Amino acid sequence: MPKDFKTLMLTVAAPATAVVFALLFSSLVLLLAGSNPIDAFADMLEYGTRLEVMVDILNRAVPLYISGIAAAVGFRMNLFNIGVEGQYSMGAFFAAAAGGAIVLPGFLHLLFILVVAMVVGALWAGLAGWLKVARGVNEVISTIMLNFIALGGVIAALIVPWRDGEGSLNSGTKLIEDSGLLPDLNWLLEIFTRDIGKSRELSGALVLAVLVGIFYHLLINRSRLGFDLRASGMNPMAAKAGGVPPKQMVMLAMVVSGAIAGLVGMVDILSRAGRYDNNFTPGLGFAGIAVALLGRNHAVGVAFSALLFAFLSASSSILQITGSASPEIVVIMQGIILLVAVIAYEFVNRIKEREVTRLASLAVEGADA
Amino acid sequence: MALAIELIDITKRFPGVLANDRVNLSVEAGEIHAICGENGAGKSTLMKILYGMQPPDEGKMLVNGKEVNFASPSEAIDAGIGMVHQHFMLADNLSVLENVILGSEPVMSGGRIDFNEAHRHLAEVADSYGLDVEADDLVESLEVGERQRVEIIKVLYRGGEILILDEPTAVLVPQEVEELFRNLRELKARGSTIIFIDHKLLEVLEIADSITVLRQGRTVATVKAEDVTAADLAELMVGSELPSPETTENTVTDTVALEVTGLTVLDEDKRPSVSNVSLRVRKGEIVGIAGVEGNGQGELIDAIVGTADISTGSISLLGEDITNWEVRARREAGIGLVPQDRHHEGLLLSAPLWENAALGHQTQVPFSKRGWIDRAGSKAQTERIVEEFGVRTPNVEVASYALSGGNQQKLIIGREMTANPVVLIAAHPTRGIDVGAQAAVWQSIRDARAEGLATMLISADLDELIGLSDTILVMFHGEIVAELDPASITPRDLGSYMTGAARSEDN
Repeated sequence: MPKDFKTLMLTVAAPATAVVFALLFSSLVLLLAGSNPIDAFADMLEYGTRLEVMVDILNRAVPLYISGIAAAVGFRMNLFNIGVEGQYSMGAFFAAAAGGAIVLPGFLHLLFILVVAMVVGALWAGLAGWLKVARGVNEVISTIMLNFIALGGVIAALIVPWRDGEGSLNSGTKLIEDSGLLPDLNWLLEIFTRDIGKSRELSGALVLAVLVGIFYHLLINRSRLGFDLRASGMNPMAAKAGGVPPKQMVMLAMVVSGAIAGLVGMVDILSRAGRYDNNFTPGLGFAGIAVALLGRNHAVGVAFSALLFAFLSASSSILQITGSASPEIVVIMQGIILLVAVIAYEFVNRIKEREVTRLASLAVEGADA
Repeated sequence: MALAIELIDITKRFPGVLANDRVNLSVEAGEIHAICGENGAGKSTLMKILYGMQPPDEGKMLVNGKEVNFASPSEAIDAGIGMVHQHFMLADNLSVLENVILGSEPVMSGGRIDFNEAHRHLAEVADSYGLDVEADDLVESLEVGERQRVEIIKVLYRGGEILILDEPTAVLVPQEVEELFRNLRELKARGSTIIFIDHKLLEVLEIADSITVLRQGRTVATVKAEDVTAADLAELMVGSELPSPETTENTVTDTVALEVTGLTVLDEDKRPSVSNVSLRVRKGEIVGIAGVEGNGQGELIDAIVGTADISTGSISLLGEDITNWEVRARREAGIGLVPQDRHHEGLLLSAPLWENAALGHQTQVPFSKRGWIDRAGSKAQTERIVEEFGVRTPNVEVASYALSGGNQQKLIIGREMTANPVVLIAAHPTRGIDVGAQAAVWQSIRDARAEGLATMLISADLDELIGLSDTILVMFHGEIVAELDPASITPRDLGSYMTGAARSEDN
């Protein structure tokens, strides 16, 4: 139907505009810096479409996606869980420590680690939820503070007790036995492609991300709890009058958000290092906020935006080698994409609202006639 | 005497609502002129037009005899008009002086603020109008009455000659009201013109020289305060014609559906907003709650629905004590709610109609099953509501903001009615909607009554109250001050109970 097509175009228009603007602005920056933007982008595109790099992109996109979904759960209720950062660090650290400490048969070991990660993430986020419900502390403030405590606490916990031998600068939790690790998915990908080069493994966390996405979609859009949650986000007063208990909803949103956040670090500990060490990837929680924003808190939208961000950061590493530009240009691009996307979404929303209002008033006139 | 303000045939339309319909207003220089009318009569819109916050669609405005067209409040201020908003526009962490000069600071060379000059000018204004303020006090340390005085001084400091006060007494305690009135008389003596918006009739009679009454967006009359009584004004505000008595037969049964006993609700300052209220609504009965807005009706509704905490008292539904039940349990047990403000409490504006129809009933069939939203069932149910209650919409996927007020209201009424409630709390069910929708809403309430619904009807529209109710209770200052028979009551009597001028014996 043409009307649906128009709606679809409007939906795609905003992020597309954002990407175009980002390309234009970053070209300008590259020109000012004395680089050739066309060379730089061509390098990135060529490098980013190699099979091995695409595997890397997927591996980078998975934690971004999970983190984005964790943030989106809060956003759907107008709760700004800025604490995904701390929640995933805590979740990953405790999951790694617990998974390294015991060995369970087969799949149970992996499941145990995942559950620990989710429970710890949920508890850490639940703390912020409880502070809001019981004490009226704004969740932005409390989650930011809890981030500091989590990150500082994990570092402090790692330094002395888990040093790799006397005098070593590296430290990390005990290595997890193979039964607790995520299997790689190269076999799955190789059904469709040529053999993947050595030392590139598609992390099994991709399955986790897909499950998280399906869970999120069902919870938010199909379940009654999700309806309550969205209603509270759209109009807390009306939701309350409609029987939605506001405090329970805050707790629910924070706990679910935190549980999902707990899974963000799984690529790192269960596919890369086999433990929580000082090479653990930081910053995924904050990146998730951006990814959720660009993906409009939509299960599929967030996937696209996670892939875009992952592509930018993975493909930028080629710039260092070819020297066509500074790899930091992608940070500028990500910033511009977000900024323009926020404006473009607002703009598109207004067009949609006007259109819908016009149609509705037509219906009224039609009925009058 | 010269006219300070003259408004001629001012018309202002909003989508679906005619807020001002050829309103005329003449305010003489140096008088206190009150604008009276029920909520929704168009007072605020008129004042926003006069203060340049909104342009009129039609009509002419003259200030001191010259025609004006304000594009913004700053142009109104330049013309000597100042507004004291009901909700003060003050920065708490600045001093009185800083608040007063904010936006019109006397400047020395180099862009620095000339605080000495500001101090001098403030003292001069305060002295000449007899307004007592401490220039260096922080605003956050001031009482409400003092803050209001700062707002008034702000206007005078900018050379305002014409002051608009929007319900200035709403936030004040009686002693502060007296103080305000003393100040206003002083201002008048110094030649200021004051436009005073209020619906508390006794206050209006005390302070105003002339009174203009608005009703449903139209000017009803302009009268001299000395020529009228509170009862006359009440009659002008709510309409003088007696509504034709309902001829529908009595459907009141003996089964008590809702019983409220000794209910007290405290506000944030621990003062009772609902005070020892007891009432009963039987099946097939409509109990009307009359009262000037802000006399505890909203809090009474919240207490019954469960969104507000109660201090003492009990509430029971069909004989079962529900005082400690959650909102959801109450809604599931059959309390339907048409909220007083549909945008704030009734709708998810950006959500489609079918989700709006589910709101409040999302735990029940056909909207959900075993914890999952039944999308098909919800949509089918919404289509039935749309059909049965005449909601005009292209389809049920449309977001509810796109609908006109009347259609939104019909959706809410339909959603509550089709859930087969035991008790319906209907607050201002026809406010701000067109005549056609109004008749439809009334008809559905009457039909439901005939089928045994117990209805508590809260309304500012006395015709509606008298026309629909089997019993009318009057709320004043959180108490029920009268129980009246709509068959024998006149709007004039009702008005005097509502304004506290009379009190029935048996209560």
